Amino acid sequence: MHNAIEARQLDVGYGGRQMAVKVLAGLDLTVAAGSFLSILGPSGCGKSTLLRVVADLLDPLGGTISVLGETPHAVRSRRDVGFVFQDSTLLPWRTVRDNVRLPLGVGQGSLTRKIEDRSAELLELMGLGGLSERLPRQLSGGQRQRVAIARALLGEPKLLLMDEPFGALDEITRDRLNDELLSLWRRTGTTVLFVTHSIAEAAYLGERVIVLAANPGRILKDLDMRPFKQEGNRCKREDPAIVAAMADLRVALEHAS
Amino acid sequence: MRQPPLSPQMTIALPVLGAASILLAWQYLLPLLGVPAYIVPTPTAIFGVFQKSFSLLIDNLRPTLIEALAGFVIGNLAAVLLAVLFVHSRVLQAAYFPIVLFFNTIPILALSPIIILIFGLGMTPKIVIAAVICFFPTLVNMIRGLDSASDNEHELFRVLSATRSEIFWSLRLPRALPMLFSSLRIASATAVIGAIVGEWIGSDKGLGALIIQATFNYQSDRLYAAIVLSSSLSIALFCIVVLIERRVIRY
Repeated sequence: MHNAIEARQLDVGYGGRQMAVKVLAGLDLTVAAGSFLSILGPSGCGKSTLLRVVADLLDPLGGTISVLGETPHAVRSRRDVGFVFQDSTLLPWRTVRDNVRLPLGVGQGSLTRKIEDRSAELLELMGLGGLSERLPRQLSGGQRQRVAIARALLGEPKLLLMDEPFGALDEITRDRLNDELLSLWRRTGTTVLFVTHSIAEAAYLGERVIVLAANPGRILKDLDMRPFKQEGNRCKREDPAIVAAMADLRVALEHAS
Repeated sequence: MRQPPLSPQMTIALPVLGAASILLAWQYLLPLLGVPAYIVPTPTAIFGVFQKSFSLLIDNLRPTLIEALAGFVIGNLAAVLLAVLFVHSRVLQAAYFPIVLFFNTIPILALSPIIILIFGLGMTPKIVIAAVICFFPTLVNMIRGLDSASDNEHELFRVLSATRSEIFWSLRLPRALPMLFSSLRIASATAVIGAIVGEWIGSDKGLGALIIQATFNYQSDRLYAAIVLSSSLSIALFCIVVLIERRVIRY
């Protein structure tokens, strides 16, 4: 089985090869298939940029990257990638159900994998069953992110990329969605790359946490969380081992910014 | 200090009372102040024209209505199509949008004699003037609207491997609709202005022609009746646009 991601000496930047401002420089990263990786770092360290390279939204300037053993383009064309943005990016003119079904309406061309309509099941799963005819403006922030996650999962992606998806939510809602996300991950076996600003969230969710430093972005710390957790990436937020790991991550993050 | 909000009954009753007070003052106060009827005829005199010369008014309303409607449809349709072309070809937009903006600075009143020279004295030049006057605001708004989807929205569609036409129909166009309708609302009034301005020069039919004739003949009551009818036409077009907008845009 291929690794979900293998990046070697990856350079990413803006402004073309000559004038490039490097956002990521010489990044080496291997992510095992089916794992949950948290990516932590200060603003401008290239966390989101890394996700965009994996999703084939941005071409690297140098180095190599393979996703599920193929090019990012091949994987994106087959629609094996789901993306969740910080602002839910729901289309305001579509109902909840029709937002979740967006992947059925676009990109179903011959080159890509056909997607089945599992919207009813996903809406139930995400606790949105009674809200399917609502418009996005009638939802709370947490409900909107649930819809965005359901939409990303509709195509049963092998790789789920999440760019600070719960960054704008209150703490109670965020904690609840963290637990829902973990149970979805256990059920589907999809690989998750989860970008966040929050040390607690990164430690609670990730089987592994990497801390990126800024200017240019590089990996400053790579912490395996599995020794601190039980079977199936389970842990208690207030567990002393987790709290100690968080302190460790905090020190790294202070060096990163 | 902020005033408390009005009750629903009052929000309907007050504008009616406001209009009634103005009409009463117009009817009874203005003659007392010595304003002659050939400058401002009373509301009852104007209403009398609607009874007396109803068929004359309707005969002149018809061509203006047709010209304004045709100009509205043609001008807005052309603007929407050109906007679609421009957002899909940055080269065309860079080459021709400045020229389009330059044309927009020419006052329509200066342009209309030329349009009449080109298209003669029939309905066509009036339709063209109404169309030109609708065209620019819609073009500018539509380009902005079609480009108003956020970076994240575009990235979302790219992750889903959407084609260009899917992005257009499912993202750009719905995003543009609120801005399109706000310019259609403006165009509902300006199309009527365009048709009437067209009728001022070289026409013996239409509300514009009626306004000119009534002015030269000192038929003030008829002039005011034509004005009332023109603005009613604009209001009717505006209401149709708003009704369609409410059906189309639910969010």
